[in-house]
Parts: sequence; C-alpha cells; structure tokens
Amino acid sequence: MLGLRAALSDRLLPVLVGAMSFLAALAIGGALACATLAASWQGDTAAALTIQVPQPTEPDAANDGTRLAAVQRALAINPNVRGAAVMGEAEMNRLISPWLGSDAAGLGLTLPAVVTAQWAGAGGTAALAAQLQAVSPGTLVKTGLFWAERVAALTTSLQACALAVLMVVALVAAAVVAVATRSGLAQLRETIETVHGLGALDSDIAGRFAARAIWLALGGALGGTLLALPVLAWLAWLATPFTGPARFSDFFNLPPALLALVPLLPASAALIGWVTAQLTVRGWLRHLP
Amino acid sequence: MQFAANKYPARLAGVRLVAALETYGGSSLMVRFDDVWLRYRHADRAPEAEALRRISFEIEDGGFRWLTGPSGAGKTSLLKLIYLAEHPARGRIEILGSRAARINRREAALLRRRIGVVYQDFRLLPQLDAYDNVALPMRLARRSEAQVEADVTEILRWVGLFHRMRARPDELSGGEQQRIAIARAVVARPKLLVADEPTGNLDDEQAERLMLLITALNKLGTTVIVATHNAGLVERYPFPRLSLEHGRLVHDG
Ligand SMILES: Nc1ncnc2c1ncn2[C@@H]1O[C@H](COP(=O)(O)OP(=O)(O)O)[C@@H](O)[C@H]1O
Ligand SMILES: [Mg+2]
Repeated sequence: MLGLRAALSDRLLPVLVGAMSFLAALAIGGALACATLAASWQGDTAAALTIQVPQPTEPDAANDGTRLAAVQRALAINPNVRGAAVMGEAEMNRLISPWLGSDAAGLGLTLPAVVTAQWAGAGGTAALAAQLQAVSPGTLVKTGLFWAERVAALTTSLQACALAVLMVVALVAAAVVAVATRSGLAQLRETIETVHGLGALDSDIAGRFAARAIWLALGGALGGTLLALPVLAWLAWLATPFTGPARFSDFFNLPPALLALVPLLPASAALIGWVTAQLTVRGWLRHLP
Repeated sequence: MQFAANKYPARLAGVRLVAALETYGGSSLMVRFDDVWLRYRHADRAPEAEALRRISFEIEDGGFRWLTGPSGAGKTSLLKLIYLAEHPARGRIEILGSRAARINRREAALLRRRIGVVYQDFRLLPQLDAYDNVALPMRLARRSEAQVEADVTEILRWVGLFHRMRARPDELSGGEQQRIAIARAVVARPKLLVADEPTGNLDDEQAERLMLLITALNKLGTTVIVATHNAGLVERYPFPRLSLEHGRLVHDG
C-alpha cells in the first residue's frame, strides 16, 4: 500500500539467518547433550565410593586369602561403608565397552576388581584408604564427589560456551537484518521520502519493513533449524554408547528438552528480525525532518 | 478538453463548510511567518548567505498567493518550510494554527496529511500505477477501501485521467503525470495546497487547464500557494503575490 512492497527483497537475509539458526540449533543440542551426559554420569556419584583392587586374585599382605577378599572384609566392618558389592563382569563390560569395545574380556587384559559402595561417613575417606592400603597395597579409593565436581564444572563451562555461541549467532543475525534493512532503505530512499512527505508516520514505514523482516527471518530460521535436525539426530545417535543402548529406533528419538527448545529458534529469529528492522528504520527516519 | 473545471466533484463542496466551521487558534490564518530565517545545514556557503532572511507574511483561510522570484531566490525553500520539510534557523512559523517548532514527529506527520503538495518533480512512486499513487494519502489516513475507491475515481475523472488509472508514471506524459500529482495532492481534501512551479513542464494550454483546476479548488475553500516564474500566468490570474529576491521578501500584496 505504501509502495514499499519491494522492501527487503534480498535473498541473502533468509539464507544467512538460516545459517545462524543452524548453528544455534547445534549449540542448543550440544548444551543439552552435555547436561544429559552429566546427569547420567553423575547420578548419585557424589556419595558413591569406588574401590579399585589391582591383581584381585593375588594373596593379600597377611598372606591370608586374596587381596579382594581382604578388602571386602575391611569394608564389611567399617560402619561408614554401606552396600559394598563387587562389580560383575557384565557391568564392567558395559562401563568399559565405549572405550575398549564390547568384548573387553577377550583382549586378555587383567582388569582390576571394582567394588562399589555408598560412603556414609562425615569426613573424607583418607583413613579408609590407609586401612585398605595396609591389607592390599595399591588399592585405590575414590569418592564420586571429585568426579561429580569435575563433571559439573565441565558441564557448566560447555554450557557457557553454548550460550556464548547463541549470543554471537543472535548478534550476527541482527547485524544481517540491519544491513539488509539499510540496503532496502537506500534502494527505496526516494519512495520513503515521498511517503514521509505525504504524512506517513514513522511507525507506518518501520512497520512495513519489520513485517517483511519477520517473514524473511522466520523462513530462513525454519529452513536452518530443519536442516539441523538430522545432524542433531546423528549426534544423538553417536552419543548413545554413553547414554544407553544403541538401537536404530533411537535415531530419531531426540531428547524432549531439545524438541521443546528447537521451535523457539524460528520464533527468536522472527523477533530479532522485527526488532532490528524497527530500530534500523526508525533510526534512519530521524534524518528526515 | 479533458478536464472541465465546471464539473466539480460534489464531495469537494463539503470542504468549504468544514473550513468555515473550523477555527485555528482563534485566528483564521492558514500560514503565518514571523521573522523567519532559513540556513541550509552542511551548505558550502558563507554563513551570512542564508537561503531565506527576515520573512514575515500571512495567508488567510481560503486565500490564494502567487510566490514569484527568479531562480534561486528561495521559492522552493519557503514552500519547504510551509510543508514541514525544513526547519527554520530563526523565527516563528504557524501552519494551520500549529506552531511548527512545538509539534512532535507524529503531530508533524498528521499535519502534513492536511497539506497537499505538488512537487516540482511530481514525486510519483514509479512502482505504483496512477490509481494507487492517487490513493496513497487516503490509505495513509486509513480510510476504508470503499471510500478510497469512491474518492480516487472521482478525482481521476476530474483531472480527466480515469481511463489511465492503471498506467504507471513512466507510461504517462509529463502533463498527465502533473495531473496525477495534482490529484494526489487534493484527494484527501487538504486545507492547504502548496504547488512548486506546477506549470514548469507544461505548455500554455496545459498550464491554463491546471490553473482552472487550482482556482476551482480555491473557490471551494482550499487555501493555495503557487510558486511560479511564469509572468503571463500571474498576469492572467491577478491574485496577491509574494515576491522573493535573494532570500528576501520584496513584495507582499
Ligand atoms: N538542500 C539545499 N542545500 C543547500 N542549499 C540549498 C538547498 N536547496 C536550495 N539551496 C540554496 O538555497 C537558495 C534558494 O534555493 P531555492 O529555494 O531552490 O530557490 P528557487 O526555488 O527560488 O529557485 C539557492 O541559493 C540554493 O542554491
Ligand atoms: Mg524551486
């Protein structure tokens, strides 16, 4: 109606916004994957106690049975240790298969025995470690607390990276819209000056550009996000050895949180497009009387 | 003759009544300049060489003024001040009862809608056809499409271009573009019509037709100011004259 129909006919805008949305989708996917991995690793790791007994079948320090049996006896009488259990072969395999393959036993390695338990003590585990060291030298005691903290720190920093990526991507998208809007304004300069002279409000003119920017940004973001989905599914599938059994049916089974967040991308792109176009046009119109 | 000045649109007759009913700040002045100076910013000239100096004059409701003077005298500059396309360096300007310096952007836009402007270079939008160009002011004012159609077709008939309504500006002759520009300036029934050398690109016969159109609007109550350096036209239509020379008003009456 204002003769501004051709405003922002630039094909570059949707393509660039699409690329930004693609990156944003990957960043969100990465952040979520991080959180999921962290959660599946952490569980109740903070209270978990892991005791590694190398050469479990060798005689213990007192030559009174195997090293593993000595460690088990010591754990059984310690009031701060609950639910001590030697990890079975199946579970060991599950833990190490991501690293060594599903047939670790076939490699002929002598694996340490692993005893898991819950630590109910108030203080640290130094005394326990010393005690086990005495009956079975070389035995390692680890609480989950250390790992829980490390994993939490790692997760936080990876998520901060993802957030930084999202912010940069949003800024670039805004810059793309601003540049496209400015070129549209330059192209339609005379038309806009005339329409302004006829009494068009700044909001009339800015609204034209913003409406167009919304659709272009939305279209580009939808395209970019849709393209990102198969990539995310592939990454999720790659991550399944860590998070659960790998089945082909899992392939399109993206985490619900991701499926909830991804539709926000086109909506955010549309909002960025609208706001940026409004601000750019209104700023430009300030040069007119 | 394509447009007959004796066939005024019936709707335009209402303009006179409305004009009579409205009062502007207690006075009925449509334009009032009081010691107005204009200096173009970023102009590559000596600072004392203002485009306009010490301009004071008034135009009453329903009045007609010629604005004459040699090229470069400041005619366009003065008209720009009237249609709010420039701000004065000094002085006081009142348009349709509003002080130009006191209104915000929105109010300025709304005031512009009540001023019809015929630019020297027409400024039709090249991507719109004649109909849509003429319809622009009405659509900006958010009139209903039914109203737009009624008024635009009536004005197009009046300027004799109803049959050309689907032509784009580059398909129209200079004289036809001129008439479309006039139609756009008056379609929303402005209180004030400002025309900058509207006969500049027209031959004598076309210029004569244009004057019939403009004087017809003036008779219906529209206040009119027309810049021209066509001395013959000023002689044939002896309205009061504002005369500029080197940015100064040298004659008023
Ligand atoms: N946008 C502008 N910037 C600087 N100087 C201008 C501008 N427009 C007009 N002028 C100067 O102001 C003076 C008056 O110009 P103008 O109002 O166009 O005169 P006219 O319409 O009577 O020919 C001229 O000297 C012209 O060079
Ligand atoms: Mg001029």
